[in-house]
Amino acid sequence: MTVKKYKDVLIKPLLEENPITLQILGICSALAVTSNLSVTLVMCVALTSVVSFSNLFISIIRNYIPSSVRIIVQMTIIASLVIVVDELLKAYDYETSKKLSVFVGLIITNCIVMGRAEAFAMKEKPFISFLDGLGNGLGYSIILIAVAVVRELFGAGTLMGYEILPLVSNGGWYPANNLLLLPPSSFILIGLMIWGIRAYKTDQVEPNEFKISSHHSAPDLSKRELNV
Amino acid sequence: MNDSVLKTLTVSFLVCLFCSLIVSYAAVSLRDMQNLNKLNDQRIKILKTAAIYNPDQSIETQFTRLTPKFVNFSTGDLLDSYGDYDLETYDPVYFSKQPEHSTPIPASEDIAIVKNKENIGKIYLLKDVDNNLEKIILPIRGYGLWGTLFGYIAVDKDLNTIKGLEFYAHKETPGLGAEVDNPKWKALWDGKSIYKDNEVKIEVIKGKVDPSNQLASYQVDGLSGATLTSRGVTNMLVYWFGDSGYKETLRNINYDS
Repeated sequence: MTVKKYKDVLIKPLLEENPITLQILGICSALAVTSNLSVTLVMCVALTSVVSFSNLFISIIRNYIPSSVRIIVQMTIIASLVIVVDELLKAYDYETSKKLSVFVGLIITNCIVMGRAEAFAMKEKPFISFLDGLGNGLGYSIILIAVAVVRELFGAGTLMGYEILPLVSNGGWYPANNLLLLPPSSFILIGLMIWGIRAYKTDQVEPNEFKISSHHSAPDLSKRELNV
Repeated sequence: MNDSVLKTLTVSFLVCLFCSLIVSYAAVSLRDMQNLNKLNDQRIKILKTAAIYNPDQSIETQFTRLTPKFVNFSTGDLLDSYGDYDLETYDPVYFSKQPEHSTPIPASEDIAIVKNKENIGKIYLLKDVDNNLEKIILPIRGYGLWGTLFGYIAVDKDLNTIKGLEFYAHKETPGLGAEVDNPKWKALWDGKSIYKDNEVKIEVIKGKVDPSNQLASYQVDGLSGATLTSRGVTNMLVYWFGDSGYKETLRNINYDS
């Protein structure tokens, strides 16, 4: 029973309850860092470790956090983890950290991290919270990697910087699609993924919040009764 | 019970204390490595400016091909020693912030908004196997739109032709001003001339250079959407190649060789 629960917490966010495609969270960084696969991978590792450990630490002290300052306490922990990750990147992978620039720092404002802390880690035990964070981080990573593969392969003809499709400008045959290197292309790609996943898993489709009325002509004011 | 004032304060204090300890530990213990990365990054830029960078070789070995020299800005002389300072580790940007080693630039001359200039600068000479001068690599800096751009420019042995330009630090807008890092744009600089009748004529223009223009060899395409960054680059070059910059130095090198 418990093993199944652990498994669910880890596996479900990958596709069924994916933070990006179901909850539409963390879109900002999905747009910004996916034009190059190797940068995306580093970003995924950074986010996954932040969300896992913030869940773990918040869960450990969840019974001592006063509810009046809980968001601030969560933010403090998340922000500290992000700074540590940023410092580590600057020390061990300076090139990528330069390319990621502000986006590592912006993990602090990534709704996935805050959302998992508030929705899961504040209620559950440490280990399962850690798994939940790991699952959500991996769910985020799967979408980002998929977007990055399409963008880098068809936008620049390379993967991880290695040439796959030789570009016309370098004497090859593939004319690069420059649109894919621009951030709006990830909007289109993520939109297509959401469409695909919801066509396959129809229970993800949300009920309409309001109904669009059928078109009819404007009411004829001349026939209105006068209530004077 | 969790919500009493005392408990709220205690928990907040302990969380902050613990987090600040971890953050400071990470920052302090990794600082040396980060500084080394920054230094290496700057060295790679210098090597790239000189167009001798080879990613497969160690940076230290490649760097030995360059001869650093002190520059006395007031006389334009090249020096091999300056006080007790080590030529290898001397950092001109650091000394430009020390009042006793720098001079404030009068506002009327300060077109590139450099503000304080170090009295003694540092440049690199690239020599070929027969010890003949090949290129000179000069550090330059100046204000763009959001902040100061720091870079290096390589000048050919004729002392009037640009061979390369690289920026190692800037705060310009990604996609617009940050295109100063775009390899295609940087490649436009190779072969451009600096001085015409002893005046700095090199300029980043608006739009594309018309090759039939007689000044075309003094002009570089502007960065579209980044007029102020482009203007900043022009100002920086006019300042650093001007009288208060490296003009005298380049003239002295000319007499020497």
